[in-house]
Amino acid sequence: MNKIFAISSVVIKELYRRKDFYVLFILTALITLATWVMNFFHDDNIVRFIKEICLALIWISSLIIAITTAARQIPAERESRTIFPLLAKPISRWQVLLGKFFGCWLASGFALLVFYIFFALVSASREHSLSVPAYFEAFWLHWQMLGIVVAMTLLGSVSLSTPPANMTMVFIVTLGILSMGGFLHLVSERMSEPSASIVTAIYFIIPHLELFNISELIIHDWPIAPWLDVLALTGYGLLYSAFFLLAGCLVFRRKALN
Amino acid sequence: MTAVLRTENLRVEYKSRELKQQTKVALKGLNLTVQQGEVFGYLGPNGAGKTTTMNVLLGYVNATSGAAYLFDVNTREPIARQRIGYLPELTYYYKFLTAEELLRFYARIFEIPSAETEKRIDQLLKLVELDHARKRPIRTYSKGMQQRAGLAQALINNPDLLLLDEPTSGLDPLGRMKVREIIQRLKNEGKTVFFSSHELGEVETICDRVAIMYQGELKVEGRVTDLVKEFQCNLEQVFLKVVGYQPEPV
Repeated sequence: MNKIFAISSVVIKELYRRKDFYVLFILTALITLATWVMNFFHDDNIVRFIKEICLALIWISSLIIAITTAARQIPAERESRTIFPLLAKPISRWQVLLGKFFGCWLASGFALLVFYIFFALVSASREHSLSVPAYFEAFWLHWQMLGIVVAMTLLGSVSLSTPPANMTMVFIVTLGILSMGGFLHLVSERMSEPSASIVTAIYFIIPHLELFNISELIIHDWPIAPWLDVLALTGYGLLYSAFFLLAGCLVFRRKALN
Repeated sequence: MTAVLRTENLRVEYKSRELKQQTKVALKGLNLTVQQGEVFGYLGPNGAGKTTTMNVLLGYVNATSGAAYLFDVNTREPIARQRIGYLPELTYYYKFLTAEELLRFYARIFEIPSAETEKRIDQLLKLVELDHARKRPIRTYSKGMQQRAGLAQALINNPDLLLLDEPTSGLDPLGRMKVREIIQRLKNEGKTVFFSSHELGEVETICDRVAIMYQGELKVEGRVTDLVKEFQCNLEQVFLKVVGYQPEPV
């Protein structure tokens, strides 16, 4: 594990020494503050609407950080040829990939935590109340979802030819699942065969990322989700992450580097 | 003596993705043995198979047939690289890290205990004269400094075998001298050094034995003194004769 965490620590160092995260954080923070300041009338509906906008911003920012960080890991190592001195050490390719995964996941988790803390503090300052368990659940599940996205992006980075192609593909797939993943089986009911079977099969195969989005609970101040459900979703997320990582390792193992 | 590096009928073919393109044979059944404590020069013109051999030894490329061993462990196993240090021809390091962070990172890959790591970092940065710049990001280093940082990372695990790919290319005369001194010091410590180079004068000075490759085949292998005696000329001329170079009449 020491070797894997050594790789992860370099990924994390790279993220905080680059400007991407700071730019995104400042942008998100400015928009969040601006929308809250605009709420002069303290109308409940407007508060909900503003919360929804801020959470959507956090989702978009976190996806940008996770996907762009993960997509450039292996291609950048190959392009700058740092992969060669690295693999000349007693480390296998699966350890490199796993290290990259943990690095990206932890780094995007840290960025996510900063976003959520900022959002929680801003909303608490206006609403004079804060449900810490609700924010924790929202953050936790969001982070598990990022794990799947990071693993999926790493699989793409060892399979597809260029990082932009990979990023575009993962963005489309992720946004597609988030917006339509939960309705695919309903759509299939209105289709004829064989399309209906294909869409149903897709519904059962894809990771349902939309399940990890419990923003509504925060927006409407609803009671928190049962912890057992959160635990089950965590297991579900880890299972999909492991599947994508395994596929990534199999592809990367056979990949010619020179 | 113990064989530190060994290849047995090593054959490497590169399959072309282009239709109608033939498979390129980079190594044609290479048999090579490097003994403990030797400084071994691996020579050949471009395309002779030197880099492919290095790639197999470092696990980047798998042999089509035959095998390569480091300390009797097949190079397909990552653990075969536990006791080696590798210095690539050009510097390929994480430029956002400082020299000491880079060394600490590689030390963790070798699972060297922290206290020992810090001791070695101090020693190595002094050895390669980068102590003053240890906290600066590598991207701010000159080419020579980057190459010296590379040398330090190759030595972080106190390797028994050092693989050097054109170690002095791109270095100024002082840098070259420094690398030569380090190779000599390692030899005195009983370490094995395997290096590829185009600098034949340098090879003649440093190496105990050499191998000359040409078109994927091992053409000549032997002690430098023996080859010079046998061909009755210096190593550069031996090399030219082996690769069949015919100077054009002026």
